[in-house]
Amino acid sequence: MAIEARSPPPQFVAKLRRLLGGRAGWGGLLLQVLFVAALIWVAYEIVDNARGNLANQRIASGFGFMSQTAGFGVSQALIPYSEADSYTRVFLVGLVNTLVVSFIGIIFATIIGFMVALGRLSPNWLLSKISGGYVELIRNLPLLFQILFWYLAVLGTLPNPRQSVSVFDAFFLSNRGIVVPRPVGEAGLDAFLIAFVVAVAIALALPAYARRRLFQTGKPMTVWPFALSLLIGLPLIATLIFGQPFSFEIPALKGFNFAGGARVAPEFVALTLALATYTAAFIAEIVRAGIQSVHKGQMEAGASLGLSRGSTLRLVVVPQALRVILPPLTNQYLNLTKNSSLAVAIGYPDLFSVFAGTTLSQTGQAIEIIAITMSVYLLISIVTSALMSFYGWRLGRSLGS
Amino acid sequence: MKRVSLALTVAAAAGFLTQAAGAQTLKTVQDRGVLSCGVSQGLPGFSAPDDKGNWTGIDVDMCRAVAAAVFNDPTKVKFVPLSAKDRFTALQSGEIDVLSRNTTWTVSRDTSLGVNFTGVTYYDGQGFLVRKALKVNSALELNSASICVQTGTTNEQNVADYFKGNNMKYEVIAFGTADEAIKAYESGRCDVFTSDVSQLYALRLKLATPADHAVLPEVISKEPLGPLVRHGDDQWFDIVKWTLFALLNAEELGVNQKNVDEQAKLDKPELKRVFGTDGNLGEQLGLTKDWVIRIVKATGNYGEVFDRNVGAGSKLGIARGLNQLWNKGGIQYAPPIR
Repeated sequence: MAIEARSPPPQFVAKLRRLLGGRAGWGGLLLQVLFVAALIWVAYEIVDNARGNLANQRIASGFGFMSQTAGFGVSQALIPYSEADSYTRVFLVGLVNTLVVSFIGIIFATIIGFMVALGRLSPNWLLSKISGGYVELIRNLPLLFQILFWYLAVLGTLPNPRQSVSVFDAFFLSNRGIVVPRPVGEAGLDAFLIAFVVAVAIALALPAYARRRLFQTGKPMTVWPFALSLLIGLPLIATLIFGQPFSFEIPALKGFNFAGGARVAPEFVALTLALATYTAAFIAEIVRAGIQSVHKGQMEAGASLGLSRGSTLRLVVVPQALRVILPPLTNQYLNLTKNSSLAVAIGYPDLFSVFAGTTLSQTGQAIEIIAITMSVYLLISIVTSALMSFYGWRLGRSLGS
Repeated sequence: MKRVSLALTVAAAAGFLTQAAGAQTLKTVQDRGVLSCGVSQGLPGFSAPDDKGNWTGIDVDMCRAVAAAVFNDPTKVKFVPLSAKDRFTALQSGEIDVLSRNTTWTVSRDTSLGVNFTGVTYYDGQGFLVRKALKVNSALELNSASICVQTGTTNEQNVADYFKGNNMKYEVIAFGTADEAIKAYESGRCDVFTSDVSQLYALRLKLATPADHAVLPEVISKEPLGPLVRHGDDQWFDIVKWTLFALLNAEELGVNQKNVDEQAKLDKPELKRVFGTDGNLGEQLGLTKDWVIRIVKATGNYGEVFDRNVGAGSKLGIARGLNQLWNKGGIQYAPPIR
C-alpha cells in the first residue's frame, strides 16, 4: 500500500506575516508602515518648502523649461538637433552622447583589461613586467589629468586640417578629428542588408548544428570556412544581382574644416581612450584576482589533459574565475559611466555638460535639472547592474552552483 | 563634484532655510565682519590674483568699494572664485553676498534666477579672436569654422544666433572654464575663440605669443556687465547700486583718491552733500555719512579703477570707448547723489 505524501498545512498567513514584519510579526509590520509614512511626509515637506521658498525668492521652478528653445549649438549630436530645438532635445542629445561614450569605453576597457591581466600572469617575464607597469602607472594618476593628457598632449599635437595626414585622399587625420568617407545608400542596399542578415543568422546557427552532428555521428566539423564564405558570398551575390549597395561620400577640405564624410571628434576619441585605459587598469587587477582565486590544480589538470595554456585559460580557468570577477567588474562599469561626466573639461557634449551645465546656467533651474540628471545616472547604473546580475545568474546556473 | 554639491546646497538651502529670503544682508555681512564676493577664476583686468596672491581687477575693486562703504576697510573681502555656470547658484544659496563676475545683464537672468542686477560696471560686446595666419578680416568669413567657447555664458547663444542669422555653418565646442577653452584654441582645435571683447584682450595675454592673434572688428552682441545681488533685500540692493554710482559720480565731480581729503574741505554745496558734511544720505542707505569718502579713498573713482585695471595704466590697454562718462562721449551715467 502506497503511502500518500501528506502536504503540510497551508501557512499563507504565517508566511505573509514573516515576509512583511520579519520576526517581529504584525507589530513589525505596523512599524514599517509608520516609517514609510514618516519618510513620505518628510519628502513632501522638503518639496513643498523648496517650492515655497523658490517662489519667495522669485526663482523659476517647475519643468516648463523643458519645452523652451535651447538656442545653442552642440558639437556632436547623434540624433538630429538644431539650435531651434527644445531643452528636451538637448537632454536626449546629451544622454545619447553619454551612453555612446560609456558603451564603447566599457567594451574597450574590458578587452584591454583582460589582455593586461593575462599578460601580467603570463610566464613571459617582459610581458608580465610591462603589464604590471601599465597597471601601476595608469591607476595611480588622476583620471582628469589623463583625459587632458590625451586631449591636449596627444590629439592636440596633430596637424591642422590643411596639413592633415591623409590616406588615399579619403581618410584624413587632423586636430579636428578623424574624417572618413561616409557610405550613402543606393538601389541595391535593401537586398545587400537582407543577404547580410541571413548570412549572419546562418553563421550563428552553424556551431549548434556542428555540435549536434558531432554527438549524433561522431564526426567533427570545422565551422569557420563555411561561416566565412557565407558572410562574404551571400552579400556579394546580392550585389552582383541587385547592383551596388552604397557609394561613398568623400570628404574634402572646404574653408576651415572638412565638408562631407563622417567625422569622429577628438573630444570623443580622447574621452574614450582615457576612460577605457584608466578603467582597464582596474579591470586588469580584478581579472587577475579572479584567475588567481581558481585553484592552480585546475591549470595543472588542463595541462595534463594536453590542453594548451590558452585553451586551459579559456575553457577551464576563466569560466570559474568569472564568478569572482563579475561583481567588482560591474562596479568598474558603473564607475566608467559616471566618470564620463568629466567630459566637460575637454568640451565633449555629454549629459552633464550640455544639460547639467549649459541648460542649467541658461535656465537657472538647479533643483529640477540636478534631480533629472541624478535620476538618469541612477537609472543607467541600475540597468547596467541588472544586466550584469542577469549574466551572473546565467553563469552561476551553467556552472551548476 | 563641486558643481553638484553647489547645486545641492541650493536645494538644501531652499528646502530647509526660510532665512535666505528677505534676509538682512547688510546685518549678516556686518556680523560676519567680512564681505563674501563671487569673482571669476582668473580673468586679467576683471578679477585675477596677482603674483602675490592679491585679487585685482574692476570686478574686484567693485567689491572692495562695497567693503569700504560697509567696514571702512577695503581688505575685508573674501573672494570666492566661481565658474560661469556655478555663479548664480552661489548667489542664490547665500554663499556670496555680491556676484561681481563680468556677468551680462539679460531679462531672463533678472527675472528667473532670483537675482537683481545693480548696474553696469563695463559696457562690453562679444567678439572673435583668430590667428593672424588665417588671414581672416571679418567674422563673415568664418563659415564652417570651429569655435571654442566657455559654457554657461550668453556667448554660447549669441554665436548660434549670429551664424544662423548670417547663414553660416559652424562647430561649437563648449568648455567648462575660459582657461580650458583658450587652451583648446591655442592647441589648434578651434579656428576661433569667442567671448566678450574685453575678455579676448585679457585672455590673449595668456597665449604664448599674443601678437600672433587678432580680435576681429565685428561686435555681435550687447554685453552690459555688472554686479548682482540676491532678489528680495532692497537695502542691500541699494547699497551695491549706489556704491557703483558713487564711483561714477566721483569721477564726474573730479574727486579722486589723491585729492579726496582736500575736496572734502571745500565749501561747495554739491560736494558737501556727497561727502556727508551736509545731510545724511549715507545713513539713509544704512551706511555712514562719509561713505563716498571711504569708497574713493579705498579704490579711487571709476576712471581710476578703469585705468588701473583695464585701461591705459594696465597691460590690457583697452580704450574707454563706451565706458567713458556721458559728458565725455561715453554712456556711463549715474543718477545724482542728492
